[in-house]
Amino acid sequence: MVSADRTANNDKDKGSKMAKKILSTLIGAAVLGLGAQAASAGTLDDVKAKGFVQCGVNGSNLAGFGAQDSTGNWTGLDVDLCKGIAAAVFGDATKVKFTPLSAKDRFPALQSGEIDILARNTTWSASRDSQLGFDFRAINYYDGQGFMVRKDLGVNSALELNGASICVQSGTTTELNLADYFRANNIEFKPVVFEQQSEADAAYKAGRCDAYTTDASGLYSIRLKMDNPDDHVVLPEIISKEPLGPAVRGNDSKWFDVVSFTHYAMVTAEEFGITQANVEEMKKSENPDIKRFLGEEADSTIGADFGLPKDWAVQIIKAVGNYGEAFDRNVGEGSPLKIQRGLNALWNKGGLQYAPPIR
Amino acid sequence: MAATDAHDPGGTERPSVSLIYNPALRRVLYQVVTLAIIIWAVYFAATNVIQNLARANMTAGFGFLNSRAGFDVAQALISYTPDDTFFRALQVGLVNTLVVSFWGIITATIVGLLVGIGRLSNNWLIARLCTAYVELFRNLPPLLVIFFWYLGVLALLPTARELFQTIKDNPDKIFFLSNRGFYMPAPIFGEGFSLVVYALIAGIVAAICFAIYGNRRQLATGQRPPVLLVNLALIILPPVLTFVALGMPLSFDYAIPGNFNMRGGMSVGPEFIALYLALSLYTASFIAEIVRGGIRGVSRGQTEAAFALGLRSSHAMRLVVLPQAMRIIIPPLTSQYLNLIKNSSLAVAVGYADLVAVGGTILNQSGRSIEIIAIWMLIYVSISLTTSLFMNWFNAKMALVER
Repeated sequence: MVSADRTANNDKDKGSKMAKKILSTLIGAAVLGLGAQAASAGTLDDVKAKGFVQCGVNGSNLAGFGAQDSTGNWTGLDVDLCKGIAAAVFGDATKVKFTPLSAKDRFPALQSGEIDILARNTTWSASRDSQLGFDFRAINYYDGQGFMVRKDLGVNSALELNGASICVQSGTTTELNLADYFRANNIEFKPVVFEQQSEADAAYKAGRCDAYTTDASGLYSIRLKMDNPDDHVVLPEIISKEPLGPAVRGNDSKWFDVVSFTHYAMVTAEEFGITQANVEEMKKSENPDIKRFLGEEADSTIGADFGLPKDWAVQIIKAVGNYGEAFDRNVGEGSPLKIQRGLNALWNKGGLQYAPPIR
Repeated sequence: MAATDAHDPGGTERPSVSLIYNPALRRVLYQVVTLAIIIWAVYFAATNVIQNLARANMTAGFGFLNSRAGFDVAQALISYTPDDTFFRALQVGLVNTLVVSFWGIITATIVGLLVGIGRLSNNWLIARLCTAYVELFRNLPPLLVIFFWYLGVLALLPTARELFQTIKDNPDKIFFLSNRGFYMPAPIFGEGFSLVVYALIAGIVAAICFAIYGNRRQLATGQRPPVLLVNLALIILPPVLTFVALGMPLSFDYAIPGNFNMRGGMSVGPEFIALYLALSLYTASFIAEIVRGGIRGVSRGQTEAAFALGLRSSHAMRLVVLPQAMRIIIPPLTSQYLNLIKNSSLAVAVGYADLVAVGGTILNQSGRSIEIIAIWMLIYVSISLTTSLFMNWFNAKMALVER
C-alpha cells in the first residue's frame, strides 16, 4: 500500500505542477502580449522600488542548484547567487522571492518580466544571447553534459549505448547535444522526452530508459534520488560545454552589472581569502585591493557607481560566503553531491573561475 | 392607435422624448459601441505585442519555422531526423495528435455505447458494473487517469532485461509486451501485393452493391437473400485467392532482442498506450451517459410496440430504439469528441510527442512563444471545426426526415 499511496501523491503533485506550468506559460504569453507595462527606467530601480528580487530558479528540486528543503527554505548555488544579489542591493539576503520554473517556462518568464533574474542552471549559448534577447556574463558553474546508466547494464562508455532508450528533458540544450553527439558518432538511440525533470526522473527510475542524460552536475543530483545511488554510474564522456550562469533581459546594463558582479565579488572574495567568518576582520586589512573591494577606502565609489551601498561586497559575503564556500556547501565536499571543484576551481588553481579586477 | 404612435421615432406627437430613448437609434448605438470596444481591444493588444517584442529585442514572424530543428522526436510516424526543420517537427506532432485522437474516438465510442446500453441492462451485475465504471472514470481528472495508466504500464510490465530473459526461455513468441512498448512483427510486402489490396477493394465494393440489392429485394418481395454469408465470401475470397495465386508475397520482420531494446518489427510505445487507454476510457464514461440519456429519451411505447410486433430485444434496440436515440445522442457526442481531441494535449505529461509537446520544445529552442501559441490555437481550432462539420453532416443525415 505504501507504493500506491506514493503514486497517488505523485499524481496529485504532478497534476498541480502541470496546471501551474500551463498557467504560467499562458500568463507568460499573455503578459508578453497584453501586459501594459510602462517602459521602466531599469530593473535595478524596479527592484529597489518593490523591495525584493524576484528570482527564477529550478522548480524540480535540483539538489545543489535550486531545491526546497522540508521547511520550504530554498538552497543551492543558484539560490545563493540570488540571495547574494538581494544582500548587495538591500543589505538583506532575505529580500528575495523565488519562482520555481520548468525548463520550458523559464524563458517566457524572464521575457515577460515575471522574474528579474533567471538563475536556473541555464546554459549560456549564442542563440539565447542573441535570439532570445538575454544577457549572460558571469558563469557560476562550468558544466558539461554526461550520461548515467544502471551499473548492471555493464556499459562503460557512452559510445556503447547503441540502440538504447535515453531519457531527456525537452527544451534544453541537452536535447540538442544528444541528437548531435549520436549522429556524429553514427549511433542509434531512442529518445524518451519529458517536459518536467521530475517526470524524466520517475521514468528512468521505472526502467523506461537505459540511460539518463543531462548536465553532469544534474546527474549527480538525480543519482542521489534513486533508491540505491550506488546502482547507478555516471559515464566518463562529457559531450558538451555547458556554462551555467544567471541571465537577465537585454539592454539593461545596470542590472546586468549588479548580477554579474555579485558572482564576481564571491570569486574575488575567495581569491583574497575572505570568508563569511572573517569578513569583519578583513575590513581592517592593510591590503589596498581588499580595502577597496570591501568599501573601506574613504573615497571609494565602486558601490555607488553600481547603484549599490558602499559595503555591497561585505553584505554578499556575510550572506552567502565566498564562491568556494558556496560551492562546498551546495555541491562540493560539504554536500551529499561531493562534486570536485574541477573546472570550477579558481583560475590560479587550475580552474576557470576568474573575476575581473574590482577597482 | 396609441401603441403604434409610441413607437414612431419621428413622431411629432411627443417631441419631448430624448433621442437616447429612441429604440432604433439605441439598437445601432449598442452595436457601434461594442464594435468600437472590440476594435480598440484588438488594436491595443497588437500594438502592445509589437512594443513588448521590441523592448525584449525580439522580432515576430514565422520564418523561424524553416530553421533546423536539431532535436529528435521520440515517436515519429512520418520520416523525421534532427536535420529537418521546425515545421517538419510540428507536422510530426500533428500526426501524433491526430493518430491518438482518431483511435481514441473510435474506442471511446464503442466502449461508451456498450457501457451506456449496459447500464440499462436488466442483468443486475452488468448494470451495476457499468454504473461503477461510469462513476469512477467520469469523476477523475483526465490527467490523473493518464498518469494512472502510464505509471501502471511502467510499473506492471516487465523491463527490457526481463523480457530478454523470457525470450530466451520461449524463443517461439512473436508478440512481446514490456515497459518499452508492445512489439509485433512488421509485414514486408512482396512484389504484386498491391493486387491483393485491389482485390479486397473490389470485394468490398461488390459486397456493398449486393447489400443494396438485398435490401431492395427484401422491400420488393419480402424475402431477404443471405446477405451476410454472400458478403463475407465477397470480401474474403478474392484477396485470399489472389494472395495464394501470387505465391504469397508477404513476409514478416520479427522483433528480436537488441542491445538494449527489441530491434526490428513494429512497436507501440508505452506513452501512446497510456494516453490512448486513458483518453478512450475517460471519454467513454461520458459517452455512456449520453447514450443512456439518448435511449431513455425514446419513449417507452416504441420498445413496447417493437416487442408487440414480435421483435427480439436485440432487434428492438438496433432497429427501433437506437436510430431514434441517435438524434438525441449525436450533438452532445460531438462535444465529447472535441473534448477528447483537446485532452490529447495532456500527452505532454507522459512524454508522448503530440503537437503541444513538440511545439513546446520548439517554443523553448527558438523562444517564439507568441507564434507557437498562435499555431497551437489555429491547429486545434481547425481540427475541432473539421470534426464538428463532419458530425453536423452526420447529424443531418440521421435527423428525422419528416414526410
